[in-house]
Amino acid sequence: MKSLDDLKKIRDGAQKKVVMRGKHDGIRILVGMATCGISAGARPVMNLFVEKIAERDLNTVTVTPVGCIGECAIEPIVEILQGEERTTYCRVNEEVAERIFNEHIIGGKVVSDNVIGKFRL
Amino acid sequence: MNELSLHILDICQNSIKADASLITIIIEEDIINDFYKIIIGDNGHGMSQKTLSEVSDPFFTTRSTRKVGLGVSLFKMAAEMCNGSFSVDSIVNKGTVVTALFEHGHIDRAPLGDIGETIMILILNEKDIDIYYEHIYNNKKYVFDTREIRKVLGDIPFTEYSVILWIKDNIVNGIKNLQKEETK
Ligand SMILES: Nc1ncnc2c1ncn2[C@@H]1O[C@H](COP(=O)(O)OP(=O)(O)OP(=O)(O)O)[C@@H](O)[C@H]1O
Ligand SMILES: [Mg+2]
Repeated sequence: MKSLDDLKKIRDGAQKKVVMRGKHDGIRILVGMATCGISAGARPVMNLFVEKIAERDLNTVTVTPVGCIGECAIEPIVEILQGEERTTYCRVNEEVAERIFNEHIIGGKVVSDNVIGKFRL
Repeated sequence: MNELSLHILDICQNSIKADASLITIIIEEDIINDFYKIIIGDNGHGMSQKTLSEVSDPFFTTRSTRKVGLGVSLFKMAAEMCNGSFSVDSIVNKGTVVTALFEHGHIDRAPLGDIGETIMILILNEKDIDIYYEHIYNNKKYVFDTREIRKVLGDIPFTEYSVILWIKDNIVNGIKNLQKEETK
C-alpha cells in the first residue's frame, strides 16, 4: 500500500475534529444494498453521498449501506433519519441523490417527487 | 450486473449478514492461461449441508422479505456463461468460500469495474468488519488490508470520509499500476 504518509496527514487533521462529533443531532442516510438495490444502481448513489459529505466536511451526517427493505421493484431505496423523522425515497439515481443531498440534507426540505412515505416512528 | 465488482459487493453482503468479522477477496488474473478467478471467503456462521445444496437455486433464500434469493445464482450464471465454473464451500460456525472462475478473454466476461467503490461500501457497513483484498495480475500483486489501515488510524473511524476516499483512491491506483507496468 502506497502513500501511507498521506493517510497519516488525513489522520492528524481528523484528530482535531473528532471531538465535535456527536454534539449535534445527526442525520443518517441509509442506502439499500442487497442484490435488488445493487442491480438497480445503489452503489454509485452511495458513492455520491460519500463524496458530497467529504466535500463539505460535514461532521454530523453519516451514510451506511443496509440490507433489503423488501421493495425490490422501486429500488434503489434511500432513507433519511433525522431525530424522530424518517423519510423513505425510492428509485433514487445519482441525479435524485444529488437533489436529496442539496435540498433535504443541506436545505432541510423533503424532495417530494421520490418520497414513498413520511411518518413518525 | 455489468461489473464483477458489483457481484463481489453483493456476495460480500451475504458474508456480512452471516456475521463475518473478516472478508477475504482474492482476484487472480492470468492472461497467458486465460483465466479470471475470484475467491471470496468469510469467517461468518456458514451454512448447513442442506442450505449449501440449495444456495445456487434462485428460489432458495433464508430471507423473509421476499421469496427469491438471487445474489449467488446471478454470480454463478455469470461465471458459467464465460466457460468458467462456480462453487460454494461452507462449514457451520467456520465460514464460507465462494469461488468463481471465468475465461479471461471471454466476450461476455464483465469488466471488474469500480472495485474501490465496492470496498469502500463494505468498510462503511454498520458491523465493524475487516477486509483483506489481494489482486494478482499475472505475476504482480496488490494488497489492501483494513487491519493495516487501522494501525495508522488509531481511534479515527472509517466514517471519517476523507479517510474512506483515500482508501478508494489507493485501491483504484493500485489496480491501475498493476496493469500499467504490464504493458511496458
Ligand atoms: N457467506 C454466506 N454465509 C452464510 N450463508 C450464506 C452465505 N451466502 C449465502 N448464504 C445463504 O444462502 C442464501 C442465498 O443467498 P443469495 O445471495 O443467493 O440470496 P439472498 O442473500 O437470500 O438474497 P439476495 O442476494 O437476492 O438479496 C442466503 O439467504 C443465505 O441463507
Ligand atoms: Mg445475497
